Amino acid sequence: MDQLEIIESQSIFILREAYRGFKQLVMLWSIGKDSTVLLWLARKAFFGHVPFPLVHIDTSYKIPEMIEYRDRFAREWKINMVLGRNERALAEKQTYPDGNATRLECCRLLKSEALKHTLSGEWPRWILNHETGEYDRTEGGEPYTGVIVGARSDEEGSRSKERYFSPRDRHNDWDVGDQPPELWNQFKTDFAPGTHVRIHPLLDWTELNIWEYIERENIPIIDLYFDKGKGERYRSLGCAPCTSSVRSCSTRVQDIVGELRSGKFSNIAERSGREQDKEDGGGLESLRLDGYM
Amino acid sequence: MSIVVIGHVDHGKSTVIGRLLADTDSLPKGKLADVKAQCARNARPFEYAFLLDALKDEQAQGITIDSARCFFKSSKRHYLIIDAPGHIEFLKNMISGAARAEAAVLVIDAKEGVQENSRRHGYLLSMLGIRQVMVVINKMDLVNYDPQVFETIKRDYLEFLGKVEIEATFFLPVSAMEGVNIAENTPALAWFQGPTVLEALDQFEKEPAPVDQVLRFPVQDIYKFTESGDDRRIVSGRIETGAVRVGDEVLFLPSGKRSTVATVEGFNLPTQVSAHAGQSTGVTLTDQVYIKPGELMVRADQRPPQVGSQLKVNIFWMGRQPMVQDKRYQLKLASAKVSVWLREVENVLDASDLTTDSNRRQIERHDVAECILETVKPLAFDLSSEIAATGRFVIIDNYEIAGGGVVLASVRSKVNRVTERVDQREKNWRRSDITPANRAMRYNQKSTLVLLCGPADTGKGDLAKALEEKLFCNGRLVYYLGLSNSLMESDTDLNTSSDRDEHLRRLGEISHMFTDAGLILIVTVSGLDDYELEMVRTLNKPHDDFIVNVGENLFSDAKIDLQIDTLEHRAEAIEEIERALAARKHLVEYYL
Repeated sequence: MDQLEIIESQSIFILREAYRGFKQLVMLWSIGKDSTVLLWLARKAFFGHVPFPLVHIDTSYKIPEMIEYRDRFAREWKINMVLGRNERALAEKQTYPDGNATRLECCRLLKSEALKHTLSGEWPRWILNHETGEYDRTEGGEPYTGVIVGARSDEEGSRSKERYFSPRDRHNDWDVGDQPPELWNQFKTDFAPGTHVRIHPLLDWTELNIWEYIERENIPIIDLYFDKGKGERYRSLGCAPCTSSVRSCSTRVQDIVGELRSGKFSNIAERSGREQDKEDGGGLESLRLDGYM
Repeated sequence: MSIVVIGHVDHGKSTVIGRLLADTDSLPKGKLADVKAQCARNARPFEYAFLLDALKDEQAQGITIDSARCFFKSSKRHYLIIDAPGHIEFLKNMISGAARAEAAVLVIDAKEGVQENSRRHGYLLSMLGIRQVMVVINKMDLVNYDPQVFETIKRDYLEFLGKVEIEATFFLPVSAMEGVNIAENTPALAWFQGPTVLEALDQFEKEPAPVDQVLRFPVQDIYKFTESGDDRRIVSGRIETGAVRVGDEVLFLPSGKRSTVATVEGFNLPTQVSAHAGQSTGVTLTDQVYIKPGELMVRADQRPPQVGSQLKVNIFWMGRQPMVQDKRYQLKLASAKVSVWLREVENVLDASDLTTDSNRRQIERHDVAECILETVKPLAFDLSSEIAATGRFVIIDNYEIAGGGVVLASVRSKVNRVTERVDQREKNWRRSDITPANRAMRYNQKSTLVLLCGPADTGKGDLAKALEEKLFCNGRLVYYLGLSNSLMESDTDLNTSSDRDEHLRRLGEISHMFTDAGLILIVTVSGLDDYELEMVRTLNKPHDDFIVNVGENLFSDAKIDLQIDTLEHRAEAIEEIERALAARKHLVEYYL
């Protein structure tokens, strides 16, 4: 087995372990390459099916093509698609683009808070109705106890300390000093009432692995990652106001693989285009402690 | 290849890795400069360890708290390096890091020499099954690169490793701080002829997936996505050893069910006819046998695993509470999860100095103990010396993984917790002079436990109620014990903490009281398996039982007294049960 086959097998194993262990299981889908690979791995693990809902936190500032792409594949792959958002912060314009919050505060309100309350079921959820193609607003869902996330160890420091199965307490807190042991592929699938677990099937993947896998499997990835003639493309996707493109003429997956393997990006950090990281001295640790993915 | 770096606290593990990343140009552009600038801002000397100790607490305290993963590439291959903490407080983090490694680098401080955790970590490597080990004697700059110091430590540690049966592939002197002998050797170590750390890493061998061994396919789950229009019933899991092909006759253990592989399934893959060790796959079967997640699929023509409920094991304990006798824990081995009890502690080892103590009754945190475990149901496993993947397990205490262990032997014993419990009960039970025969004569019936079993949702509860009513109206002393099915949730769900066996044990005890009092007791249990049935029957002894199966027969071998295929005609089913009970003289048809 080559390296991709080994990490693919491990990720599938973890997804199946999660599905077996958690009744209220969801996967977060940011539309980016990592969580799209994760979604593909779920279809591998469950032989073409996705037997749990996908949650997307809609900040309303996402690049418009992302929303189009999301809804197209949600319909095509018959996905139980769930949206969450911070209605109040948006109504009160407590955002960075409105000039009423720093980038980090904006992230916390539109992503962390929205995520926390969508997972807990306290805030409304918008669920894709496959018959009408519209999202129906629902109130008061069950809390999700297992949350599958596409974090990778090589993204930044604090992520390299994550477990495959990582418990969060009632307040969404991550106790980094006291994480459960994981050995011989036995993970924490037992949990006390009121707690939930984050599951990280992509922990052992690098950015290069992600692209190599997209190439091998021919995964229909969003085309924002490719240059469309302007000599620029996105390397990492987020909200439009805080995500900048990189100079690159890659128009195909194999071009990107080349760039990462030995070309211009082989030793430049992936998140260098994400402005909010630079405001937090401890990398993303503060946001992660707060539930940010 | 994944490599773990371990050793005593402050011996410089993170520094060795930081240096390795820097010297092989594996850091993102600007990272080194950033960390240096950050150190300058905070007026503290730069350390290579800061490249890895990413958490704020770690940088503040200058120690590694949790295992970190990082990636680097030599000219030969890609590496995943796991930096494990050396502080005793974070031993479980070290274990988590080491358990997923294929080889280990053990770092010893030249000035401090072999310390407590140098030994403890060394011992744990042997238990975790890591066979490729490199010992790095670091901080040689602090002892002026003196070859004598290196040789002394090497001799000390070799002696220790010999006792725990580990053969170190390399002993290397280095100074990570000064970058000596990490990626290249320098004149300071002119006397040393061996490889650099980097060269030594490249000499480790990647172990091939064990495809040539016998098949061990732990069943992780059985999928059927009928609601999405997919009728395949796919037995899924990751193959630990061996290979399986379409047409192979397979055996599921411990249930003992047999079938033949019809197809090998996959998504976005060409049609496959086989799957092998390392692959997460799925197969469909020609006969739809009833099996549960947690069973071990093996090939019928190959050496079978052990099946038993008493195991001699070596356990490493990480729990805050000690492991004690008479407390129920959960054991997870491959995909199986089962309740387990500590039966006996044979001896306890202090891994930091290899002293043993054979008078202990419980296992304390950080102890390594040889002991006997008893599972409530038989388990399929291998000895760890034969097949590592199905010969090791973890113990869950109060939702947490609290211990890890390897199986040394299978123990054959006639006594177990249930028979011991029955013996004890019979010894302590003060019976009056009214005999079961007296009661039978008075009540016109011979007491029995009527157990209605089979799959869930077949209407067993309604049948039980109607049966009770019919017998009651006929003047029998009868009671329907209506235990909610939710109490009996199947323990194949990893998430519920397996209270089912405890409820079944109580059910057995309660049944014994009712039957001892001379009653006919009616109980329903869904999804009962052979071993659970045996436990309930044993606990109800010496009284009789009458086993009615409704719907599909889920048992492997257990003998049932009456099979009812459907409850469409409930009145007929009740009459059938009555006739059978009468035939066995439970319902006496004449009056004295």
